[in-house]
Amino acid sequence: MKTTGKVQGIISNIVIVRTEGAVSQNEICYITVGGVKLMAEVIKVTGKDAYVQVFDSTRGLKIGTEVEFEGHMLEATLAPGIISRNYDGLQNDLERMESLFIERGTKTDPIDYEKLWDYKPLAKVGDIVTAGDWLGEVQELWVAHKIMVPFTMEESYTIKSLAEAGEYNVNKVVAVLTDSKGEDHEVTMVQRWPVKKAIKAYTAKPRPSRIMETGVRAIDTFNPIADGGTGFIPGPFGAGKTVLQHAISKQAEADLIIMVACGERANEVVEIFAEFPHLDDPRTGHKLMERTTIICNTSNMPVAAREASVYTGMTIAEYYRAMGLKVLLLADSTSRWAQALREMSNRLEELPGQDAFPMDLSSIISSFYARAGLVHLRSGATGSVTFLGTVSPAGGNLKEPVTESTKKAARCFYALSQQRADSKRYPAIDPLDSYSKYLEYPEIVDYLDEHIEEGWVKSVMEGKTLVRRGKEAAEQINILGDDGVPVEYHEMFWKSELVDFVILQQDAFDDIDANCPIDRQKYMFDFVMEVCRKQYGFAEFEDCSAFFKNLINLFKQLNYTVWKSEEFAKYESEIRALVATK
Amino acid sequence: MTTKAFQKIYTKIDNITKATVSLRATGVGNDELATVGGHLAQVVKIMGDQVTLQVFEGTEGISTDAEVVFHGVPPTLKVGDGLAGRFFNAYGEPLEGGAPVEGEEREIGGPTVNPFRRRQPSELIATGIAGIDLNNTIVSGQKIPFFADPDQPYNQVMANVALRAKADKIILGGMGMTNDDFLYFKNLFENAGVLDRIVCFVNTTENPPVERLLVPDMALTAAEYFAADKGEKVLVLLTDMTLYADALAIVSNRMDQIPSKDSMPGSLYSDLAKIYEKAVQLPSGGSITIIAVTTLSGGDITHAIPDNTGYITEGQLFLRNDTDTGKVIVDPFRSLSRLKQLVIGKKTREDHPQVMNAAVRLYSDAAGAKTKLENGFDLSDYDERALAFAKEYSDKLLSIDVNIDITEMLDTAWALFAKYFKKSEVTIKSELVEKYWK
Ligand SMILES: Nc1ncnc2c1ncn2[C@@H]1O[C@H](COP(=O)(O)OP(=O)(O)O)[C@@H](O)[C@H]1O
Ligand SMILES: [Mg+2]
Repeated sequence: MKTTGKVQGIISNIVIVRTEGAVSQNEICYITVGGVKLMAEVIKVTGKDAYVQVFDSTRGLKIGTEVEFEGHMLEATLAPGIISRNYDGLQNDLERMESLFIERGTKTDPIDYEKLWDYKPLAKVGDIVTAGDWLGEVQELWVAHKIMVPFTMEESYTIKSLAEAGEYNVNKVVAVLTDSKGEDHEVTMVQRWPVKKAIKAYTAKPRPSRIMETGVRAIDTFNPIADGGTGFIPGPFGAGKTVLQHAISKQAEADLIIMVACGERANEVVEIFAEFPHLDDPRTGHKLMERTTIICNTSNMPVAAREASVYTGMTIAEYYRAMGLKVLLLADSTSRWAQALREMSNRLEELPGQDAFPMDLSSIISSFYARAGLVHLRSGATGSVTFLGTVSPAGGNLKEPVTESTKKAARCFYALSQQRADSKRYPAIDPLDSYSKYLEYPEIVDYLDEHIEEGWVKSVMEGKTLVRRGKEAAEQINILGDDGVPVEYHEMFWKSELVDFVILQQDAFDDIDANCPIDRQKYMFDFVMEVCRKQYGFAEFEDCSAFFKNLINLFKQLNYTVWKSEEFAKYESEIRALVATK
Repeated sequence: MTTKAFQKIYTKIDNITKATVSLRATGVGNDELATVGGHLAQVVKIMGDQVTLQVFEGTEGISTDAEVVFHGVPPTLKVGDGLAGRFFNAYGEPLEGGAPVEGEEREIGGPTVNPFRRRQPSELIATGIAGIDLNNTIVSGQKIPFFADPDQPYNQVMANVALRAKADKIILGGMGMTNDDFLYFKNLFENAGVLDRIVCFVNTTENPPVERLLVPDMALTAAEYFAADKGEKVLVLLTDMTLYADALAIVSNRMDQIPSKDSMPGSLYSDLAKIYEKAVQLPSGGSITIIAVTTLSGGDITHAIPDNTGYITEGQLFLRNDTDTGKVIVDPFRSLSRLKQLVIGKKTREDHPQVMNAAVRLYSDAAGAKTKLENGFDLSDYDERALAFAKEYSDKLLSIDVNIDITEMLDTAWALFAKYFKKSEVTIKSELVEKYWK
């Protein structure tokens, strides 16, 4: 018997329901208004009153309206057929919605229940299995999609029977599992999981030990993100958060990308809809859309579903991780999610924390980031969820609760600076404020030494010092004037400009420069450092700036040229000749 | 508003605040309209049988025994072709009399366009103003505000843009507009002979501020009718969104909500996004473009209103006085059109992106030279040339009184490059330099 209730109060999208029976925190309920069912989630219970946040407009809702509780929390549907779908925050498939406008209460299936999949079993009858173990697989696009023991099945089971290889739809019972009490459980290709809980079907969660290439030099070379790592990109509006995330989504060395458009512009999602089906994944040759799933709750869509969107994205990422895949989860912007929490919390008249955000904001953010990570699976395979979120600080001021809470939770910090964006130095990642904690991990240092070259991290640190020195020199020059400082200061400054223009800056809209593979990054960085290590000893500061301007121009041509092409070699020898003149 | 015969009339108000009244009533729907002592109000909160109403005109003079009648519907607008050429108040009632509009009655603030059904904007809107067309090209389906101090001629610039934009309909949403400004727009549209393409919803400074909250939704409901039902290209002008946000703050403060930054409600971002995200390019060819005004206080863009706006809109056009030329210019540094990439160099001449960037870069070199000068250092020959370039660039291109086509803007920029710089100094791809250098 489902618990029911009646609407007792309405404050915008918070509805107070007088319940008859038990309800649980985060339970889902439906409120029927004007013939449609509005989905809502319990966010607070006091006595018989459940406070629910409605994932839709409450316009026209009246006191006394019937409410039916579902007995479960907000769940994601996990099954073959998720990849390359476009969902709203509650996993409704937007493509299946026929009408131009999203009418209130519209629901669509997240997957195709009719489609036949070419299934083959992986386990054997008699095997002892637990949650997350692979029973069989189907081919989903280019991914070997594992059919697993549902994550909700908490004990050990013996496989009693298994379906033979064949063409089935997702509702086919592919296995019967017997529990310790001798009870049988049927398993199909579909399972459901409450999005706010982490999926823990793994044996260990080791520290990340390798990096995930993004093709962005300012990240991979200067502050790499680990495979299974976390990072965030704060920056004022227009600083380039979305462009950077889109670049990463196109280029990152991941099996699957889950993009959560959380409370931002619809046109930015349209760009992905328009482009990704036609763009190639540089690594596999498949179309980008064949590795991408979009969860989209744009800023004008219901606020409560904004919070759901990031959790839905994370749950889908964890599901594919359990198949031994490398998943990259991107969320733009996590601040909108925090603001949604703030709106709810204010309507509930909870005691506000800083800037009226809820008191527990920090712990909410950190438990979310904690769901990312590299995992060892029982099959012996490893899988990972790498998470990169953007943060939109009010007034561009990084001393605000969302940025500060995220800083505690994420291991990489890519601060976009207004000043760099204003001077069109894109990506505007501040080279001095930004960091990657992974560069301090001995296992990552070893990995980079082995996979890029011996002494790589040391060399990167040298590059960072050079940038810092250059900035200090620039400050002195500004105070004392061009003539007021020794010429060496100019040399120091211009060397840092060289690193900035050639390594840090990257044109996201240029076909060649946009994506720089790691071996090319190594080549360019080593080359630039080689040039910078030389002492030139200019007589006049004008000679120095003229020399480096020339050098920067030639190096930029390199970045715009196909690597190892004839043209590339031509520019390279021009550079070497120029350097040799001094 | 007429009351229908079967409607129950309440005459006992329990609480009155500056903006709200509350009373016991049953069968009331959330967001529905009511009349309180003849004044229009809207349900904002229901707790059991206690209903709280926001009275748009404020509660001054309302007595506890005032008549309260519920309408049973949220705010609506009758949409039809008869909207064209008409002027309305914030409630959608015709100003200066005239017959009501015939047509379908639609709830304002309606549902969202499915993002998957949208199309990517791709049609350039030429305004003749180089600060926009050259540096911050706008496209139909875009949403972009002017950021301007109150003393800037933002309404004039916006009106010019509107008249040159070749839109099928221009819908003006005026919030807290002075009567003079309202008459300015009216005369301008009249003189331009475009009245048949105009729809206006206005709340002037003589009307109560809270009424403004209805204006954007009224304007956009009309816009959706013309864009979605009729497939037309609609341009919506919203001025001044800062005054709209101020009205939001008034209401939320009076309802005892916890304010966040700058005394603005915590929901400011969502409230503004609901309006701006109505900008859309539809598959049918119809579109809604929103050009708004957000007035600043002392050029401060970190204030919650411009800050939240910037996070929502697709760029901003920043107006400022240029002391070198004494003219108002579109600031090339702080302005941005996020959609310009979709058209420049594609719908315009190939050299557009490079010329645009080079000119702004040289202009910023001039800014550096200026700082040097202020700090008492000697200027190099390059610095001198950059300064001279900046002045002429500002006068011939950045100034808002420019009205030329984009090719002419590009040619003007090339002429300035040639006048002040060497080919190697403009850092433009050499093939373009060879082709266009004057
Ligand atoms: N890497 C880049 N290369 C060139 N232009 C960029 C780059 N990053 C950002 N931009 C410019 O800045 C604008 C705003 O970037 P966007 O990522 O949308 O900012 P945010 O998401 O931080 O508000 C873009 O429309 C583009 O014009
Ligand atoms: Mg963005």
